[in-house]
Amino acid sequence: MTNAYVPLAAPSVVANPKTDILATPPKMSARNLDFYYDGFHALKGINLDIAERQITALIGPSGCGKSTLLRIFNRIYAIYPKLTAQGEVLLDGENILDPKYSLNRLRGRVGMVFQKPVPFPMSIYENIAYAIRHYEKLSKADLDVRVEQALVQGALWNEVKDKLKQSALGLSGGQQQRLCIARAVALKPDVLLLDEPTSALDPIATGKIEQLVAELKEHYTIAIVTHNMQQAARCSDYTAFMYLGELIEFGATDRLFTKPAKQQTEDYITGRFG
Amino acid sequence: MSAGTVADHLYRRRRLANQLALTLATAATLFGVFWLIWILWTALSFGIGAMKWDLFTQMTPPPGSDGGLLNAFAGSLIMCLGAILIGTPIGIAAGTYLAEFTGRSRLGETIRFFNDILLSAPSIVLGLFIYELVVHQVGHFSAIAGALALALIVLPVVVRTTDEMLKLVPGQMREAALSLGVPQWKVTMQVLFRSALPGIVTGVLLALARISGETAPLLFTALNNQYWTTDLNAPMASIPVVIFQYAMSPYESWQQLAWAGAFVVTIFVLLLSLVSRAILLRNKVRND
Repeated sequence: MTNAYVPLAAPSVVANPKTDILATPPKMSARNLDFYYDGFHALKGINLDIAERQITALIGPSGCGKSTLLRIFNRIYAIYPKLTAQGEVLLDGENILDPKYSLNRLRGRVGMVFQKPVPFPMSIYENIAYAIRHYEKLSKADLDVRVEQALVQGALWNEVKDKLKQSALGLSGGQQQRLCIARAVALKPDVLLLDEPTSALDPIATGKIEQLVAELKEHYTIAIVTHNMQQAARCSDYTAFMYLGELIEFGATDRLFTKPAKQQTEDYITGRFG
Repeated sequence: MSAGTVADHLYRRRRLANQLALTLATAATLFGVFWLIWILWTALSFGIGAMKWDLFTQMTPPPGSDGGLLNAFAGSLIMCLGAILIGTPIGIAAGTYLAEFTGRSRLGETIRFFNDILLSAPSIVLGLFIYELVVHQVGHFSAIAGALALALIVLPVVVRTTDEMLKLVPGQMREAALSLGVPQWKVTMQVLFRSALPGIVTGVLLALARISGETAPLLFTALNNQYWTTDLNAPMASIPVVIFQYAMSPYESWQQLAWAGAFVVTIFVLLLSLVSRAILLRNKVRND
């Protein structure tokens, strides 16, 4: 294989060097990453590679640290006091935990979508334009184009093109979540972090989001936290299983779900705990 | 006893307890509403009879002659608006500081505690405070002093509502906006305020309703004025103080004016409450 990258510093958790290699180079990497909630050691020595333009799922029981890990990748945790991250998180080789790495730049490159759809209390158009305006000075015409592009990418354009001026709060939950995804991709980030994006949605809306995530993979590196193992199995290329703040196993999703190497992984994916 | 009868017995007892609690709660509600309706009825029945067009065109009369309440209406309006203009910006800024920048910290909780004390401080004390601070220093009563005393009532109400309304904005909305790289002050001004605005406006309207009937803080700050004035540096008439003075008087015409004033203030406060309800309701429907 020519296009093969061994996940860098995760030998202990990579079960099968033949199948668990990455098809693309790592875009984001956690290196010896520790995280503390006011003294509580929430993440312990995490080493993980997120492959470029692939979908990496983070799974594990509640409290295992998967959301915490995701929230370090764009430093959104930093808005709360008493939370500290130690170690490195590399984005294209640069350590984003370095205080010198500008938050503005980081968050423009690493977008995030949350569990609950949170459209801003403004029009559908403004929801998208608001984010873009913060980074770029565009003419009205250019802005219109960008908003349309984002809504097309968010698989929402056909449903909202005639009511762009209406309040985004009038959309259904699934539409609101696709609007949030569109808002995140409107900034043309490199990485998209999805924190349980479908757990507040019904199965049909969930299906649409999953399909959308699969399409977005063409342009973006995606990390998705999910409670739903079927979802991880359905839509991810790689899966990281975490338990009690540690990365237990990482590998190609097909391999991890069919031949888990660790007992804990097997117990979790077969539903014996969680 | 078989299982069935035990269950029946339990069921009867719970139904009885339920009925008892329901009856007590209903009685308590009726007791409260009874007085409210009586007060409203008194104000309305006496007030309607005293309503006449002169009320809004003539000044407060000397004892025994006819007149209106124009100068008192104007004075109340000026001082209440002044109080809102002073209290609202400071209150919103302070409430925002509490909700967005101190959170649950000890400093924040301490400020909230003192704000709650101010919220429940007797309004006559606030009047005395301004009397000592402004009237005594300047040497005369003035509309400004009145507006300041009323602003002290507005301030804690607005601080509290802004704080509460911003705390109601889901944390994920904050995170979503911040995760776009937008700085916190912009997120607060452009996203969170939009979400909290109906609630804050309601708080301001309720504060306005509260101060439009306040008498005590005006008694020794704005005092009263029998004549028309818009001079903020001079004593100024206000509806509550005029009601107080005229209702106590032995003159029939003054007492009629007091009822009319009470009627108008009651209707005004009622309308303000309805409007603020409507704002909240409309927003709730939109969010659901």
